Amino acid sequence: MKKIDRRFFLKAMGVTAATLAVGTSKTIASDPAQEVGDLPELKGILFDATKCKGCHGCEYDCAWEHGLTEPDVIDEDEHRKTDHTRRTVVNKYNTSKGKVFVKTQCMNCNDPACGTACLTEAMYKTKDGSVIWREDKCMGCRYCMVSCPFEMPKFEYHSTNPKIQKCDMCYHLQQQGEMPACAYNCPNEALYFGTRRELILEANKRIAENPDLYYPHIYGEHEAGGSSWMYISPVPFEELGFNTKIQNKSYPALTKGFISSIAPVDILLPATLLGIYEATKKPKSGTHEKEELS
Amino acid sequence: MNKAAPQPLYLDNRENNTFRFILNELKPKGKIFTPFNIISIPVIITGLIIMYIRFTQGIGSVTNLSQEVPWGLWIGFDVVTGVAFAGGAYVLVFMVYILNLEKYRPIVRVTVLNGFLAYLFYSAALLLDLGRPLNIINVIIGNNFGVSSVLFLVGWHFLLYMLALLLEFSPAIAEWLNARKAHKFLSGLTLAAVIFGITLSVLHQSGIGALFLMAKDKIHPLWYNSYMPLMFVVSSVFGGISMVILEGSISSKVFEYQLDKDHHKQHDSILHGLSKICAVGMFVYFFMQILVFVHQQNMPYLFSPMGYWFMLELLGFVLLPMLMFFQSYRTHNIGMIKVASVLTLLGIVLNRMNISIIAFQYDAAMRYVPTWQEFIVTFTIIFIEIWVLRWIITRMPVLRKSPDWAKSNH
Ligand code: SF4
Ligand code: SF4
Ligand code: SF4
Repeated sequence: MKKIDRRFFLKAMGVTAATLAVGTSKTIASDPAQEVGDLPELKGILFDATKCKGCHGCEYDCAWEHGLTEPDVIDEDEHRKTDHTRRTVVNKYNTSKGKVFVKTQCMNCNDPACGTACLTEAMYKTKDGSVIWREDKCMGCRYCMVSCPFEMPKFEYHSTNPKIQKCDMCYHLQQQGEMPACAYNCPNEALYFGTRRELILEANKRIAENPDLYYPHIYGEHEAGGSSWMYISPVPFEELGFNTKIQNKSYPALTKGFISSIAPVDILLPATLLGIYEATKKPKSGTHEKEELS
Repeated sequence: MNKAAPQPLYLDNRENNTFRFILNELKPKGKIFTPFNIISIPVIITGLIIMYIRFTQGIGSVTNLSQEVPWGLWIGFDVVTGVAFAGGAYVLVFMVYILNLEKYRPIVRVTVLNGFLAYLFYSAALLLDLGRPLNIINVIIGNNFGVSSVLFLVGWHFLLYMLALLLEFSPAIAEWLNARKAHKFLSGLTLAAVIFGITLSVLHQSGIGALFLMAKDKIHPLWYNSYMPLMFVVSSVFGGISMVILEGSISSKVFEYQLDKDHHKQHDSILHGLSKICAVGMFVYFFMQILVFVHQQNMPYLFSPMGYWFMLELLGFVLLPMLMFFQSYRTHNIGMIKVASVLTLLGIVLNRMNISIIAFQYDAAMRYVPTWQEFIVTFTIIFIEIWVLRWIITRMPVLRKSPDWAKSNH
């Protein structure tokens, strides 16, 4: 009897282990959320680097709109990053086609790593496309910062009630039917606001009509599973300081395998343990007797 | 057990006494000016002041955390490393309660207690690190369930596991309070607590590895791989056991008066058995690392500073102690087991710190180096934990034998 028990439970344990192993390695799983993210209704903004003149106007607009400090005198040669005081920066790059300006901010990914990371759903992808941060939910664990491949959530380290700062495509303005502040105010039409579908069509049109002017790639169409912010540029994006390591698969897909293996382990492992316990249990009477089974 | 005792009356009478008894137990026992106290008291006071500053002026006022490196020593060491160190509790209860290996029963209580206190204090470290700690309530009351978040799952498994550990330890508390009825009830829950505790452990140990899965582009490829969750579980087995070996050796010296005579012989035989588990666990782990290394074609990274650092971790602090464990198992060399366990623990520190801090954002312009305040707070947490541990061991039947009346309930 006991032998059969043991064999059975070893098998059960094997199944559990296999579930765990398969679960953790199966990271290239197909990703349904990505399809949801691709819904054409999602809003986005297309940045056209051939049009941006580097006036930094959007930096001021963004600061005013979100009650942040106005940018200081801007050193053109410094490659600045966004931080807790500025949600967006425009930097100059000297490229093979001369100087090119690039605006940086959170990409508002279709399937955002920050949103999947967040355990309180403070980081949240809305149906309009904005990835918003909700003050009343965030517990300041900064796991979103660890996970975001673009390093965009920024934390107020010197506050006793710190906020996360990042671009949310001016969600509050969009709620009132208005355009994001930077896109509305850009004097050079470098920022084009619309649905993702419109933006991709428009970007492809511009590239097709002016093949000499544009490098044939829309950054953000597929990177990190696609994002609401997208870019077209005259030069390859490596020259503009874009992170070249970004994968096309969405980042949350990397943890899907693990997450889906949790439930089976939670169920199978206790059963297995109970089985092993029963199989190795000594006869109740006389704990000091030797186990008489093989 | 004799059932004739008039139970309700008996309990009523005790209520008063229990209260006085606890008051009495709260008073310090033993000498005040031991070397440990002389070192730990100033550290703890400084640490508490730093914590006060942290809550009044923000995390940035006492740490070197930055926008690029959002998790530092408090998470990387206290939580990520500490949880691996506390892994001994689930491995030992598995051996004693599930596999019925009676040999290890004498050390199971102290290990469970260590595990419980470790988790309690690491959660405190975690709270210190949260920018908006009050909102943690959202996760607990279910205001918002980020069920796709690894951290959410780790948090819940962590919390429930603390409960399981408390239940596993609770018979000792009942013995201390001489609460016989409660003891019987709590002992009856042990098996259930053990089974769920092991399950919860496997999942949160692996979950801590899974936390870093999305940081794919930030962690050096020698350390990042999609098998991190599995590696974290395996390394928590031998890391936890090494901690048991080390702690056991220290506490059997410090608390010698609590132990009976045949303890020493018994203890050596326990260490001997544990060294075998470590050796096998490390062999599996080493093999997995090699497989991943080959599979990911990591060779080009090997001859660089990060590569040498990786080799130091894997050869010096995994392969070497593994061989020492094998060797000492064959030759019954108890001293070598202790050295190997220290090396193993250093290897775990290296591995966890590499993944969470050193190889994280390895190409960032500004490297993160913890401030002295971060170190002091870390030590403060460890010291307070040791104080509590000592308080409990000198009072409850943790190392010493349970009272006779409690035996039949096991
Ligand atoms: S860029 Fe980062 S912060 Fe912004 S939505 Fe994507 S993952 Fe979130
Ligand atoms: S810091 Fe806030 S927004 Fe970011 S993951 Fe933690 S709880 Fe979510
Ligand atoms: S969309 Fe709004 S938040 Fe984002 S960069 Fe523009 S102004 Fe700032």
